[in-house]
Amino acid sequence: MKAVLARDLTLAFRAGGGFGLALAFFLIVVILVPFGVGPETDTLRLIAPGILWLGALLACLLSLDRIFQLDWEDGSLELLATSALPLETLALAKALAHWLTTGLPLVVAAPAFGLLLNLDPAAYPWLVAALLAGTPGLSAIGTFGAALTVGIRRGGLLLSLLVLPLYVPTLLFGAMVASRAAEGLDPLPPLALLAGLTLGAVAAMPFAAAGALRIALR
Amino acid sequence: MASIWEYANPRKFMATSEALLPWTVGLAAATLGVGLVWGFFFTPDDFRQGSTVKIIYLHVPSAVMAINVWIMMLIASLIWLVRRHHVSALAAKAAAGIGAVYTMIALLTGAIWGQQMWGTWWEWDPRLTAFLVLFLFYLGYMAMWQAVENPDAAADLTTVLCLVGSVFAVISRYALDFWNQGLHQDRFQLLDGESDVSPVFAVPLLICIAGFALVFVALVLYRTRTEIRARRLRALLTQERLA
Repeated sequence: MKAVLARDLTLAFRAGGGFGLALAFFLIVVILVPFGVGPETDTLRLIAPGILWLGALLACLLSLDRIFQLDWEDGSLELLATSALPLETLALAKALAHWLTTGLPLVVAAPAFGLLLNLDPAAYPWLVAALLAGTPGLSAIGTFGAALTVGIRRGGLLLSLLVLPLYVPTLLFGAMVASRAAEGLDPLPPLALLAGLTLGAVAAMPFAAAGALRIALR
Repeated sequence: MASIWEYANPRKFMATSEALLPWTVGLAAATLGVGLVWGFFFTPDDFRQGSTVKIIYLHVPSAVMAINVWIMMLIASLIWLVRRHHVSALAAKAAAGIGAVYTMIALLTGAIWGQQMWGTWWEWDPRLTAFLVLFLFYLGYMAMWQAVENPDAAADLTTVLCLVGSVFAVISRYALDFWNQGLHQDRFQLLDGESDVSPVFAVPLLICIAGFALVFVALVLYRTRTEIRARRLRALLTQERLA
């Protein structure tokens, strides 16, 4: 599992690996939003938590089809499947690698982007906490979606159609944490629910992903 | 001994469904006709809602069926997963399109009703939003069937999607309750002794629900037959090409 993780991370950091691409996409979304809704700081303050979450979610989605697609194309996925490593562990390692290369940079960068959107000062720690609690779930669910569409040519669009409805609860609770904090309400209940969702997804999704991979590799 | 699994044999299923289909269609047409005509023309107007209340005879049955169709798909998928009966997988495939249409009818009639009662076509109410999400799940499920060429792999992958989707559909439904206050009224009891709806409205409504269910059964039988025939045709064409 460590070897798979190290391999994926190395591939992501090397040239053409796409590391940082999700971050750049996140930045562009955040920059484009004020052009769309106007530069009034009050409006931006109001919608900032939602925009930040939506941006993180889309940036996460953008890199999902890389999880298995390249390995599928050059045949290394079949090699990994025949190795002693269970497919469930493989899926978990893949999800972890995706989170480390996509989710974690987003969490780190989010406060800076919050500044651009005039996020309420009280919301900063909660935004980071919510992203930290939510993005692993996004990666785990996304890995399942990627496994489901691995054998399909041009599966990128289908992948987003399948995965986005699954992201509804995470997005909902995640955005609620930051916006409740900004309004001065107690943000802990949605944060707890969000963490529960993520833990459930991390625990269950590798099994579903491995099931889908077995079908694709049959 | 006769067992329900006999109908997993496509030949047996085709024979039985051929005999059943005219009866189901006739019964569905009669039930739905009686229910709708009774509901539309022989019930009094509501004292507050006027004649707008009559949209209930389309809205409630389609909404009830939209959820039940997904449950039927889930059961059919599980049967495919456990017992590998192709008819079951094809029935799930056949049901998805009907479920999506029912969901859309519920959303559209709800919008028309909402325009009259709440003064808005759309409101981000938990129930309404949950139905929109359900519609997205139906779309994803159907797109998955379309995308995979190998029929067995398609059946397997859509089954996995249906199982995971069911869990997330339920989570989404209750997550949405935290998110926004609802305009939509709570569910009401129809079959209890103390019905919340006056029998004047409840009886034709129940007939309409039965009618929508029968229409669904008839359409599923019909569409499953089409799928089986398409599968057979494909096999024949392959045979011909190889010969």
